[in-house]
Amino acid sequence: MSRGSHARLLALALAAALAGFGGACAETPAADLDDHSQLQNPELQVRFEHIAKELRCLQCQNESIADSNADLARDLRRQVREMLVAGKSDDAIFSFMTDRYGEFVRFAPPLSPKTALIWGAPFFMLLLGAAIIYRVVRQRSRMSLDE
Amino acid sequence: MWKFLLPFAAFVALVVLFAFGLNPNRDIHALPSPLIGKPAPEFALSNVIDPSTIVSNAALKGQVYVVNVWGTWCAECRVEHEALLAISQQHVVPIIGIDWSVDHGLDKREKAKQWLERLGNPYSQVAFDKEGRTAIDFGVYAAPETFLVDRQGNVIFKHISGMTQEVWEKEFLPRIAAAGKGGT
Repeated sequence: MSRGSHARLLALALAAALAGFGGACAETPAADLDDHSQLQNPELQVRFEHIAKELRCLQCQNESIADSNADLARDLRRQVREMLVAGKSDDAIFSFMTDRYGEFVRFAPPLSPKTALIWGAPFFMLLLGAAIIYRVVRQRSRMSLDE
Repeated sequence: MWKFLLPFAAFVALVVLFAFGLNPNRDIHALPSPLIGKPAPEFALSNVIDPSTIVSNAALKGQVYVVNVWGTWCAECRVEHEALLAISQQHVVPIIGIDWSVDHGLDKREKAKQWLERLGNPYSQVAFDKEGRTAIDFGVYAAPETFLVDRQGNVIFKHISGMTQEVWEKEFLPRIAAAGKGGT
């Protein structure tokens, strides 16, 4: 065997090991963090994961209830699961949570007069920046023309 | 003119922002409760002291009462206990305790009972929230939390973190007086 094929084999083995490791990582969270196993209905499981990522764990504030190990997060995951199995819509589950914990429980609060500032501020900043650049560039080009 | 006014306006805006944002008395983790002004969530849970009886807030309609959510796992609850005991001695309004059990074990009821036997019981009734569902209904996210409910059964105030004599006198007593104290 030549040196080149050795190297190729090694690379292949490495890639396979990495792929296996990555796969294992992607699988762990839902099963590992929880006392319950996955929901039997795969469609509900997908919705569950989406909702759990959208809800803030208020005990730790910057983690979602999907990521958090806190007792409250575990209880809220149970709540979401139960509501999904009971046939509740995503909206019904979100409003269940906001009725109790307020808008803060959602990572992406819905657009409303109260949250308009949060959603609008980045665009406002962008426009402000553009206006400033426009003015500066115009001033400079005028200066260079004057020369 | 604008050249001087604009930076000055920006400076004033920053001062106002910092005055609010850096206020040391502001608890940045305290969240406004959406429950204020709304009916208190109903609960009917078994009694910590006597499991054969039920603690329910439906029976308290028409009275002003306090709901204190605590847990034997919660250090701050141990800290506020003395204050709660002193407050209960004043017999102003009934204090309903909700034992928020986070690991859902039945033996936790016994733990709560022992805690009250050892340290004294400030509660007129103590409910055992074995699965933490009542805590979720109340939007509790960090024990201890204390709620004040008026005669119509609406939550009128929520205090997050430990109860103290000062909080009781400043926040609770005036509201209780305004709410008309209770059953006459």
